[in-house]
Amino acid sequence: METASHTIHKAPDKTQVVVAIRNLKKSFGSKEVLSNINMDLFKGENLVVLGKSGQGKSVAIKCIVGLLTPDSGSLKVFDAEVKDLSEEEWKKLRMKVGFLFQSAALYDSMTVAQNLEFPLTRVLKLTDKKDIQSRIEEVLEGVGLLDAIDKMPSDLSGGMRKRVGLARTLILKPEIMLYDEPTTGLDPITSREISELMMQMQQKYHTSSVIITHDMACAKITADRVLVMNNGSFVAEGDYEQLENGPDELVRSFFK
Amino acid sequence: MNTSTPAFFTRQFSATGNQIAFMGTFFRNIFRTGFEWNEFLRQCYIIGVKSLSLVGITGFILGFVLTLQSEPTMKAFGAESFVPSMVAISVIREIGPVIIALICAGKIASSIGAELGSMKVSEQIDAMEVSGANPIQYLVVTRILACIIMIPLLTLMADALALTGGFAASNINNNMTATLYFNKAFGAVTFSDLIPAVTKTIFFGFAIGFVGCYKGYNSDRGTESVGVAANSAVVSASLWIIVLDAIAVQLTSVFAYN
Repeated sequence: METASHTIHKAPDKTQVVVAIRNLKKSFGSKEVLSNINMDLFKGENLVVLGKSGQGKSVAIKCIVGLLTPDSGSLKVFDAEVKDLSEEEWKKLRMKVGFLFQSAALYDSMTVAQNLEFPLTRVLKLTDKKDIQSRIEEVLEGVGLLDAIDKMPSDLSGGMRKRVGLARTLILKPEIMLYDEPTTGLDPITSREISELMMQMQQKYHTSSVIITHDMACAKITADRVLVMNNGSFVAEGDYEQLENGPDELVRSFFK
Repeated sequence: MNTSTPAFFTRQFSATGNQIAFMGTFFRNIFRTGFEWNEFLRQCYIIGVKSLSLVGITGFILGFVLTLQSEPTMKAFGAESFVPSMVAISVIREIGPVIIALICAGKIASSIGAELGSMKVSEQIDAMEVSGANPIQYLVVTRILACIIMIPLLTLMADALALTGGFAASNINNNMTATLYFNKAFGAVTFSDLIPAVTKTIFFGFAIGFVGCYKGYNSDRGTESVGVAANSAVVSASLWIIVLDAIAVQLTSVFAYN
């Protein structure tokens, strides 16, 4: 069943590539985690990456934000080769790239409001208290958690933490969103709500997204295109229905 | 064995190199714009104010016990009137700074190591980094500077309470007025005792903050590594304190007491 949010999702602009990966390799010790991967993310596209645990999916998106450095190959974000970026250029690029961690990674010594204020005052260097407050309230309203503004992360459920994590990422209005297993550990109803929220936020902020997930319901709701990763390489590509009914047994096994 | 020895040295050199690099990052970030005053003051409160009772009780008992233990021996030599001077000099020059630094290594270095270690495991440090904020400036600079400021202050307070403890112990067996006790105690102490002692506590504070931050910030990803970070922060900080103290005593004996 298509969701309401999915039906009004604009088609990606295939003429504009926002992330381009070519022959990317990454090893940890003797273990090669990414072997010659190639990938394009188009403007406005939701690209879902499927794969078993430990196949290198998270490593790939961590390379995009510079948390990990690739061993070789080319990785361009907005046409900028990331290995050539200076510290200042990385800082500017990261303002355009949001990352939602699997655990939401909320700062647990701060309230929800302080979590959201943190990037506004440190990255955007905002000082006007009223402006900061209105931005926080706007984004929290967007994820439906305005009443949790003064709560500590430890007082929030798993789904609420993910929503606040999403709000904290979106408050900088990024152009690219990277989701690292956004629905892992959540019940099916909350997973669906988070997936639909991701779609709503994408329409509101016009982001392009890479979504790493094992959750097929999330993939079905969000995916414009699906890549399947196995042993550090992409082994299949297509839209959800194509892959679900395709000939490859390994690929079909994800949809069962 | 033959293959593990070079690997051991490689690991040690690598760890030393990483520590030097981390220290360089810390010093570079002190002078960057956007100093985190609120977090710095919060850390001063956590490190300083929340350690007051532990450090205070330790200081008081230190002076109390030192007096009780030394009094009979001094009495045997007819030198019991020198007990306040002896307690003052030994507490201010050596015992106070070292014991308080070791106590703080146990309390503060472990808590910083565990806090940053768990932030690393739960990807909070990565989240700061990918948002474009500077986690070194927010987490590391504030904690190390708070240690550098608060450890000397805690030590001075502990020294004062140790002398008070010494006075209390003196009054168990003898009748000595507070004026006489403190006159004798402070009469024996000069600025050349106090200044090197306070100076070395600044380095002890740096060691406690730096080691705690380094171990926590560079911990591995598993939950077990949080415990490892806290534990190795205490062990390494204690070792740093002992080594720094040995160096400080040598330097002081050359420059201050000659």
